[in-house]
Amino acid sequence: MEENNLNTDNNDNKKGIGRRDVLKSLATLPVAGALLYGAFRKKQLEHYKHSELLKTLSLDSGPVEAPSITEKRNGDTSTLRVGIIGTGGRGLYLMRSLGFIQPKWIDEWTESAKLNKQDNRVEIYRQMEDLNVAITGICDVFSVHRDAGLEASTNIYRTGTNGKRGEPAKVYKSYKELIAADDIDAVVIATPDHWHAQMIIDAAKAGKHIYAEKPLSLTVEETYAIERAVKENNVVFQLGHQNRQIESHLKAREVIKKNILGKITLVETFTNRNSPWGAWVYDIHPEATPGNIDWKQFLGSAPDHPFSAERFFRWRCWWDYSTGLTGDLFTHEYDVINQVLDVGIPDSAAASGGVYYWKDGREVPDVLHVSYEFQKLQMNLLYSATLANSQHRKKTFFGHDAYMELDNDLMVYADRDSTRFKTAIEDGVIPTHSPMITHVPGRGSIDAISSPTEQYFAQRGLLYTYRGGQQVDTAHLHIKEWINGIRHGSPVSCGIKESVDEAITAHLGTVSYRNQKKVFWDRDKKEIVFG
Amino acid sequence: MNKFNYTRSQLILLVALRVAIGWHLMYEGVVKIFQPTWSSYGYLMDSKGWFSGLFQSMAANPAVLNVVDFLNVWGLTLIGFAMITGLFSRLAKIGAMVMLLFYFIAHPPLMMADYIFPGEGSYLWVNKNLVELLAVAVLFVFPTGHIIGIDRLINNFRKK
Repeated sequence: MEENNLNTDNNDNKKGIGRRDVLKSLATLPVAGALLYGAFRKKQLEHYKHSELLKTLSLDSGPVEAPSITEKRNGDTSTLRVGIIGTGGRGLYLMRSLGFIQPKWIDEWTESAKLNKQDNRVEIYRQMEDLNVAITGICDVFSVHRDAGLEASTNIYRTGTNGKRGEPAKVYKSYKELIAADDIDAVVIATPDHWHAQMIIDAAKAGKHIYAEKPLSLTVEETYAIERAVKENNVVFQLGHQNRQIESHLKAREVIKKNILGKITLVETFTNRNSPWGAWVYDIHPEATPGNIDWKQFLGSAPDHPFSAERFFRWRCWWDYSTGLTGDLFTHEYDVINQVLDVGIPDSAAASGGVYYWKDGREVPDVLHVSYEFQKLQMNLLYSATLANSQHRKKTFFGHDAYMELDNDLMVYADRDSTRFKTAIEDGVIPTHSPMITHVPGRGSIDAISSPTEQYFAQRGLLYTYRGGQQVDTAHLHIKEWINGIRHGSPVSCGIKESVDEAITAHLGTVSYRNQKKVFWDRDKKEIVFG
Repeated sequence: MNKFNYTRSQLILLVALRVAIGWHLMYEGVVKIFQPTWSSYGYLMDSKGWFSGLFQSMAANPAVLNVVDFLNVWGLTLIGFAMITGLFSRLAKIGAMVMLLFYFIAHPPLMMADYIFPGEGSYLWVNKNLVELLAVAVLFVFPTGHIIGIDRLINNFRKK
């Protein structure tokens, strides 16, 4: 190699700055220019493809129109007096969403935040809107649950164990006394499923507004008795499908309305769980005895049975009190499909499954498949569930032009054989290897959820959703919608019509499974018939 | 003043390496400018190894996170530009090494570390961040900005 000394400033060591100096100084500057030009062109190309895509899909890229969480309405702002029927796990959760938290949760979250800086649950909880509600009555058949509910009812300042307290709610021995009370305007029902129908009907007859946990009922007869009672007594009814408040579901409706998927022929929805808790094997409270559980009241109209702590805490495993997968978990899935597609009640159902893994004496299946037919829509809905594997499968809507995966987020993928998108796919405007539409709730905002259980629920949108980039509890939004319905007559998203759809669809699956036969829905007679 | 006597090929390759690394850093910065929703949050939260606590607490504090994001975007862009053009070469290379060191210790390729967003290659203890850092260190001890770069003009002005 030549030892040509190129070196440096000495090479042009004349007075002043020579032409060579300038050239050598600025030799690499055009590279920066080339980078900026390239980056700009690339950006332009992406922008062009994006706008072409939006044009092709006639899709507004703006955010979902969801009500702001800070909305304030005029009108009646008097305190709503609420009674809680059932203050077990779910009842306490709903009390929390109403703004009445057990102090121990604040203690626990505060401790956890000290160890984990990402944990901002206390902060989020304290920022949750005050719904102007008072808990004026509670009842539960287990004294430990009752005391927990009572303690939560006093926590009007949302503080920990040593915080300030308010007046406690009145404790009622039975729900009948509670709904007869004059100082109660509305009730929250969070009892085992076999009690839902009777309690809803009695509360409606007493003129109380009702927020009831899902599923609506255990039978077809119960379902229509509830519908009559709610309609005749003109009370505001909301069923606890808080998925109605999830941002991605609202966005999914938009996607469907704009017919981006084309003709939808198949929808698949799933439940996968793989833990004792997920399979309803809840802990039996160590203090539970026949002395502090009103077993007779728990049984209600269910067949008589000697006291059983196992049945009391794990009631979802028996047909006497529950419908298992169809009532507890499929109803969540179905209600999302109904929310997005307005499918209504299917024409038939064919179920299969069994108790394959949890051989603990349960009656309800731990693996279940139900195929539903919707003749008018020319569509099938497949529900596939196992309680012995936790692989998460997303709800999927299959259309001729695209398919949509829906969860807490949303993704739409073009079908490579789509008729409508053929040209756009060939032109490279629509990708087939990656989603053509995505929606991630709260994008741009930052949050982190710590425990695996919370992550499980959050992933399914059952815990938090986002409004205006802020993380909020979906049950809180759902209850708030119900309260707004009571105060201002605004519509609720899971009212009696949606609840009847949910109940009948679930019952079709249950009846098909229990009879091992395909069953049909007789729309005129409103009954399930065998083919 | 100049103590470096490079051959032509040495000079060409050193300048090419400097420009290539500068390009890489600057483009990483520019794409983030074009994408206003970009945040280092996920990267910091996914940190593993000895300093993960530090990086995660940076991400957990929104004010600190904003500063980190700003420094990242503009640090990369300006350091990249400076390396391409040979402007303030020493300072730019120190900046580049500091940034690359942060990237390296935030996501060290440890035996047990399992990242949410894995890199595009296979690494153990040494990864591309470390290689790039060492390459910048080489450029630091074999500078070229005063030969091919705006620093040459600055030096000449100073001499006058």
